[in-house]
Amino acid sequence: MMSDFEQVQQSAREAWEDLGTGGVPVVTVGTATCGRSAGALNTLASLREEAAGHGLACRFVEVGCLGPCYAEPLVTVQRAGDATVCFAAVDKLGARKIADYLAGGELPGEYVFATMGAARVPGVPDLMETPMMKGQVRRVLRNCGVIDPADIQHSLARGAYAGLQRALELGPEERIEVLERSGLRGRGGAGFGVSRKWAFCIEAPGDTKYVVCNADEGDPGAFMNRSLLEGDPHAVLEGMIIAGLTVGAAEGYIYCRAEYPLALERLGVAIGQAEELGLLGPDALGPGRPFRIRVKEGAGAFVCGEETALIASLEGRRGMPRPRPPFPAVSGLWGCPTIINNVETLASVGLIFRNGADWYAEYGTESSKGTKTFALVGNVLRPGLVEVPLGTTLRQMIFDIGGGVSGKHRFKAVQTGGPSGGCLPEEQLDIPVDYESLQAAGTIMGSGGIVVMDERTCMVDFARYFLDFAVDESCGKCGPCRLGTWQLLRILEDITQGKGTAADIDLLEELGHNIMRGSLCGLGTSAPNPVLSTLRYFRDEYVAHVESQTCPALACRDYIAYQIDVDACTGCTVCAGLCPVEGISGARKDVHHIDEAVCTKCGVCSNSCAFGAVLTVNRVDLEPQT
Amino acid sequence: MATTELSPLQLGPVLATFERRPDVLISLLQAVQASLGYLPPDAMGAVARHARVPRSRVYGVASFYSQFRFNPAGRRRVAVCRGTACHVSGARMILEELERTLGIAEGQTTEDREYSLETVACIGCCGLSPCLSVNDEVSAKLTPKKVRKQFRAAKKSAPR
Ligand SMILES: Cc1cc2nc3c(=O)[nH]c(=O)nc-3n(C[C@H](O)[C@H](O)[C@H](O)COP(=O)(O)O)c2cc1C
Ligand code: FES
Repeated sequence: MMSDFEQVQQSAREAWEDLGTGGVPVVTVGTATCGRSAGALNTLASLREEAAGHGLACRFVEVGCLGPCYAEPLVTVQRAGDATVCFAAVDKLGARKIADYLAGGELPGEYVFATMGAARVPGVPDLMETPMMKGQVRRVLRNCGVIDPADIQHSLARGAYAGLQRALELGPEERIEVLERSGLRGRGGAGFGVSRKWAFCIEAPGDTKYVVCNADEGDPGAFMNRSLLEGDPHAVLEGMIIAGLTVGAAEGYIYCRAEYPLALERLGVAIGQAEELGLLGPDALGPGRPFRIRVKEGAGAFVCGEETALIASLEGRRGMPRPRPPFPAVSGLWGCPTIINNVETLASVGLIFRNGADWYAEYGTESSKGTKTFALVGNVLRPGLVEVPLGTTLRQMIFDIGGGVSGKHRFKAVQTGGPSGGCLPEEQLDIPVDYESLQAAGTIMGSGGIVVMDERTCMVDFARYFLDFAVDESCGKCGPCRLGTWQLLRILEDITQGKGTAADIDLLEELGHNIMRGSLCGLGTSAPNPVLSTLRYFRDEYVAHVESQTCPALACRDYIAYQIDVDACTGCTVCAGLCPVEGISGARKDVHHIDEAVCTKCGVCSNSCAFGAVLTVNRVDLEPQT
Repeated sequence: MATTELSPLQLGPVLATFERRPDVLISLLQAVQASLGYLPPDAMGAVARHARVPRSRVYGVASFYSQFRFNPAGRRRVAVCRGTACHVSGARMILEELERTLGIAEGQTTEDREYSLETVACIGCCGLSPCLSVNDEVSAKLTPKKVRKQFRAAKKSAPR
């Protein structure tokens, strides 16, 4: 608790406002993991170098991820008297042009992405009016890509810990009441009501209680929690402190996956700064009422995202789930009542206390309130991190925000909910994204991964991919999951390898339902979802594999063949040079030939042909070559 | 992550920063692996003694989590993402290209211990798929061609 919170907040605000209006231009670079992978650190170095070359004094600020991953590295320039301009895909040349612009040169139009703030540049859209941002409502992500996550002053200026101050003024029942009115449900997958979970924990007997933040983010294809932890760590800390205050815990743990080194680093910095200001520490919740947060690194096991397995892992054991009840809210870490919530859930808590339950609930549907972050990825034109009101349709997300399918291919399916979720076809895209509607359609909301697939993905192979994952990650404790997923995988492999039969399809269904009924934890009860949902919507693809020996997506290697289009081949020899098995013959400038007998279907030739002359066909349709 | 060799006997300073309790086991193993690059048998024994648990429990925990390795990795740990986003944008071709370029299969290390090749569940850069990381540094939006270019130097030295 800080007695002088208002004063600290005020001075942080003033410093924040000075940042943009001072004499020195402020240049921000998005250096979250995604930005870095696109070269943001090199861009930052080039910007510094070029600015120094011009003798310019600039203030460089590293910020998190703004969301449009496809446009990374993102740079913004804020200068008194000018519009704040956001630049996209800034490489070395872009860095030079931006420095030239700062030195009085022209605005490098080819790099301009949008403007931010009130002042505008003719012909340039405001960031929130760009196609990707238009349908979004950024609440949880409001600070990501805007503030320096390593500077608590930025967070304070933007309202961090004001929710905590509000919560400190309320009594325990009032706090639960605020959460209940907000309608906030868990963002980690199951969508359990936060006020109910916390109330259970308050009622549970025991003097020692714990708060755990689930930052394991195990769903492959999802990175919402990573972005939030890297871009706005204080939002998560604030939620945890409010949780501790509400249930009477003095200790919190953040269980973060080891694959997120930058998130771990930023959390460490944020906790240190919060301790310095007394927001964490011996008097965090009031005089003599301590609250501390420790970070524990995961060690690479998907099942540890499951709450009881996570607790086992925190206790230094193998991450094996156990039957519930008792639920962790009654008996969790070291047998004590424990609240486990997802990163995004906790980050929403502070917002709710600061702005009120009604403010939070103004978006969303009857049963699913508020906004939710999603990782929109796969074969989509504008992949990235988005936040939309619950109830937005999948079509709006994929086509309006994401710009539809990338390249010249057609949309085929969308997968939500990670390995526990399912695939939906085009006809289902108009359902609103809320917990119940997705479930009725055969998938789940999950933590927020949305993977878009075009017609080149084979749905049988895609189901096989997820079962492969489930077999790998099944902890082995219960038979239905350990043995059942293994059998499902074998059957799917048979089908993708040309050894399947019609009876296999029925067996998949029967086995899938039995695994769901018999498994111990959510991993097993949801592992058949990818199979069952593809059987529900894409059964014809399964049938094509077993009955006509074809893979409609031309993806399963045992069904396909590569063939040279004699009219398109220029005899450039590129494919022949790259073929790893030397299976392509033909002299320079002569039409080439692929030897089907040695071809391993690696696809290197078709991928490297600049003339589109390597065709992929179903082997049964193979034309005899001369 | 440091991969410099340190004899297991020199583990004392690493172990000393941890309390002698079973619940620190995972963090302890992570610290040991961070300094040795892997978990040799001697280190497992030292960890067991320090945490006051049987060796079997240390092996049980270490073998459960995919982060832990019992063989030394290459100086450059190449990890190809096999997450969903990367999968639908061609991760398999990226992995195969690397197997050919480095001359090793997934899970192996080159003879000169320069490169090891593994897969990871998701790096968290799904918006820029397909990707891979080399010692935690991520390269994104890969194509087989980009991979060939990035690892060209390796190809020259790889045993054929
Ligand atoms: C196999 C499995 C993996 C899970 N992985 C995660 C995860 O990575 N992150 C997460 O927040 N919840 C995960 N969950 C859900 C948690 O068990 C738990 O419901 C959640 O952390 C509760 O927080 P919430 O109510 O805020 O969503 C997983 C569940 C299962 C069954
Ligand atoms: S799926 Fe490859 S980085 Fe997430």
